[in-house]
Amino acid sequence: MEDEAFSNISGKAISLDCQTHSSFCREFTVSSPKMSIGKVMVYTCSVWLIAYAVFFFTENTTVLSSAILITLTGMMLHIHFVKVDHESLLVIGSLGIQVSSSYASGREVTTFIEMSRIKDIVINEAVYLNQIIYYLCVLLKEPSEPNVVSSVVPLFQSSKPRLNCLAKVYESCQDILSNHNENKWFFCGHTFASVTWQM
Amino acid sequence: MVLKIFFPQCCNRAESGLLVGRWISGHDSAVVLAVIHYPFIPAQVKQYIQQMQAQSRVDLSVLGSWSLPKDGQEGMESFLRDLSTIFPQERWLQIRRQFGKTGFSCEVLSRDQICRKDPGEKAEKKKKSEEDGGDAEREDEEKVIFIHYEQRKVMLSQLHPVEAQESGSGSEPHSELRQVFGTVARSQPLFVLDRYDDGPLRSTHWQSEGREASIVVELLKQASVPLGLLLSRMLSVWTWICSARILSVFPLRFLSSKLSTCVQLSYRTERLQTLCAPQGAPQGAPQGAPQGAPQGAAHMDFMRKANVLVSILLDISLGVLLMSWLYRNQNIAMLASNMVPAADRVAQQLEELLQWLMGAPAGLKMNRALDQVLGRFFLYHIHLWISYIHLMAPFIQGILWYGGLSACLGLTFALSLLSDMVALFTFHIYCFYVYGARLYCLKIYGLSSLWRLFRGKKWNVLRQRVDSCSYDLDQLFIGTLLFTILLFLLPTTALYYLVFTLLRLVVVLFQGVLHLSVDFINSFPLFAMALRICRPYRLAEGVKFRVLCEEPGTALHLLMEINPLKCSSVVQTYRTPTYSCYPRDSWAALVKKLFIGELIYPWRRKTTNNLGRMEHLFVSTYPLHHLLIVDNNLR
Repeated sequence: MEDEAFSNISGKAISLDCQTHSSFCREFTVSSPKMSIGKVMVYTCSVWLIAYAVFFFTENTTVLSSAILITLTGMMLHIHFVKVDHESLLVIGSLGIQVSSSYASGREVTTFIEMSRIKDIVINEAVYLNQIIYYLCVLLKEPSEPNVVSSVVPLFQSSKPRLNCLAKVYESCQDILSNHNENKWFFCGHTFASVTWQM
Repeated sequence: MVLKIFFPQCCNRAESGLLVGRWISGHDSAVVLAVIHYPFIPAQVKQYIQQMQAQSRVDLSVLGSWSLPKDGQEGMESFLRDLSTIFPQERWLQIRRQFGKTGFSCEVLSRDQICRKDPGEKAEKKKKSEEDGGDAEREDEEKVIFIHYEQRKVMLSQLHPVEAQESGSGSEPHSELRQVFGTVARSQPLFVLDRYDDGPLRSTHWQSEGREASIVVELLKQASVPLGLLLSRMLSVWTWICSARILSVFPLRFLSSKLSTCVQLSYRTERLQTLCAPQGAPQGAPQGAPQGAPQGAAHMDFMRKANVLVSILLDISLGVLLMSWLYRNQNIAMLASNMVPAADRVAQQLEELLQWLMGAPAGLKMNRALDQVLGRFFLYHIHLWISYIHLMAPFIQGILWYGGLSACLGLTFALSLLSDMVALFTFHIYCFYVYGARLYCLKIYGLSSLWRLFRGKKWNVLRQRVDSCSYDLDQLFIGTLLFTILLFLLPTTALYYLVFTLLRLVVVLFQGVLHLSVDFINSFPLFAMALRICRPYRLAEGVKFRVLCEEPGTALHLLMEINPLKCSSVVQTYRTPTYSCYPRDSWAALVKKLFIGELIYPWRRKTTNNLGRMEHLFVSTYPLHHLLIVDNNLR
C-alpha cells in the first residue's frame, strides 16, 4: 500500500492504493482529485449574479427561484452522474476481472469480465492532438475464437493516470494473469492506436 | 490451479453432513447445492441423488463433506473422512468450519490419495504429511476460493443476454457463470425435501430458512387456466367473424387497413392470441433437449406474455379512467356543443385565407385569372364541407357517446379513434393538399421538360440520362411558348401549394403524436420494468464480487452479488414488437419531395400486404414524363 506522488494526465494529483487479498487476488484503487470548493463557488456566484441582474430588469421573482432550482439540480446531477470519486480494478486469478467506478454521490457502476473472455491486459498508446496518452486496457476475446481480439475495454477512464502508475498496475496484473493463463509472457504491449479520447 | 467452490449462504450454519452439488467441467469449479445431514444411510443417499438427477437433468453428485462441529460431536470428523471411500469421486472436498471463526478451511483429496488411505493408519499418515509437506498443504489451502452466493436469488435470476439457442447438440455454454446459474435454476427438485420433513434424508438449502409461498399467486395460477380457456374461445369466435367472406369485399378491406382503429383492433387480437397460446416449452422438457436452451426460451416466453398482459391491463385501466371523466358532468354534451362552432371557425379562417390569397398576398402580384379560378374552386369545396358538418351536427353527440365507449377496450383505442376522427374532419385539407400538390407537380415536371427543350436537350428514357436533340422550328416555338406560360403561372400555384402543404403538415404532425403515444403504450414493457425496480435480482446483467474480511492463512472468501440489468437494456430487450409507425424518409428526402411536389406520406407502417400495393397505385405519384404529350408528339 504505497502512496507515491502520482498524477493524472492533466497534472492533478491522484492516489493509487494496492491491496493484496491473496496471492492471486489483488485490488487497485485510483482516486481522482476531489471537487474544488473554489470552482463550485465561482459557478454558483455567477449563476446567481446573472439571475439577480435579470430580476432587476424584469421584477419577476420566479427568475430567482428558478436559478436556485437550476443550481441545486445541476449540482445533484453532477455529483451523481459526472463526478467520479474513485475507480477500482479487482483481479481474481482464474475467475476474472472486476472494474468498478464509484461516483461522488456513492453510486457504483460495476462490470465483471470472466477469465475465459480475457485475452490480455496491455498498455496502449493513443495520439490525441499534440499529446501521446497511455491507457491501460483489457483485450477481450470470444471463447470460440481465441486468437482474435473481439473488443477493447479501457480502464481508469475518468482518473487517467500517467504511465508510472499504469506500469505498477500492469506488472501486478500480469503476475496474476500469467500464473493462471500458462500461455505466453506479454511484455508492455505498445500498440499505436489513434483512439478518440474523451477529455 | 485454483479451485473455485460456489457455496450457498444458507448453508453457512448447517449441521455437519455431506455436500451435494455439481462439478463444472472445464473450469475447475464446483457448485454446492445442499447439505445432507447425519444420520443418513449411504445407499439411500445414492438413490436419492440418482432420483434427483433424473428429475432435474443436472449432473448431481456428492462433492465432499461439511463439518461444523457442535458440542458432543467430536467423532464426526473421522466419520466424515471415512465417507470418502463410500462415495467414489475424482476429488473429495473436506470443508471445515469452527464456530467463532468466519473462515472455512478446505482440504481437497484426489482419488489416489483416497485409495492410498488405510483405515487404521489414517491418523498417522495425516500427521506425517503435515510434518513433511506443511508448506504444500498451506499452499493448497490458499489455492481455494470460496464464492458465497445467495441461493434463492441465483435460482430465480436470468442472465442477459438471454441465450435461447435451440441447438440439439447439447453443448454447455462456455461461460462459467452461466453454467452456475443454470445449475442452480435447474435444481429445483432438489429443494423440495427439507430437514424438517419426515423423510429418510434431511437436507439444508434455501428453503430451510422458511418456505415462501403466496396465496394470492397460487389462487391466480389456479384461476388462470379456466380464464385462459374462456379467452381463447372468445378469441376464436372473434377471428372467425373477422375472417368472414363478406368483410373481404374490396372497399371494406381498404378502409380497414387505413383506419388506425381497425389496425389497433387486429393488433390487440394478435397479442391476445399469443397470450392464450399454449406454452412453447412445457414444464417437462422434451427429451434430448440441451440443458441450457429451454430455460432461456421459457423465460422470454414468460416475460413476453407477462408484458402483454400488464400493458393490456394498464391500457384498459387508463381507458376506464378516461371514460369516467368523459361520462360525468355532461362533458360529452359540452364537447359536442363546442365542436360545430370550432369547425365553423376553422372554415371561416380558411375562407379568409383564400380571400387573402386571391388578393395580393404579402405584396406578391398573382395572375388574376388563375387565382380567381383556384380560389373559387377551393371556396366552393369549403362551402360543401361546412354544409356537410351542419348536416351531421345533431348526430355528433351520439357519435361521441358511442365512440367514448370504445375507451373501455383501452386508451389506445380511444386515441386511434380520435386520430381517425381528426383524419375524417380534416379530409378537406387533405383534398386541398392533393389538388395543390398535383397541380404544382405537373407544373414542375412540365417546366423541367420544357427547360430542357429550351436548351436543346431531351430526356432519354431508355438510357435514363439527358441527351442533346435537334428540334424543328415549330416544336421550339410551341415549347418556348408553353414554357413561358408555365413559368409565369408558377408563383400562383406555388403559393397555394405552400399554404396547403403547411396545413397538411400540421394535421400530420398531430396524427403522428397520437400514433406515437399509441405505439408507446403498446410496446413499453411495463412488467419487465416493474420487475427491474422491485426485484432487481431477477434480471441480471452480470455479477459483482466483494472480498469478505478473511483471517490470514485461510482461503479467500468472496461474496457474489447479482448486478441488475440497466433500465435502457430492459426496455431494449423486452420491447413488444408493434406495427410501429416510423418516418419513411430522411429529412433530406422529405425536403426534396416537398420541393418537387411529390405527395408525402411521412409515416410508414411495418405490415405491407396486397392492399398496400393497390393503395400505392391509387394515391401515390407516378412519373409524369410519359403523360406529357409534348415530347412524344413533337418527334
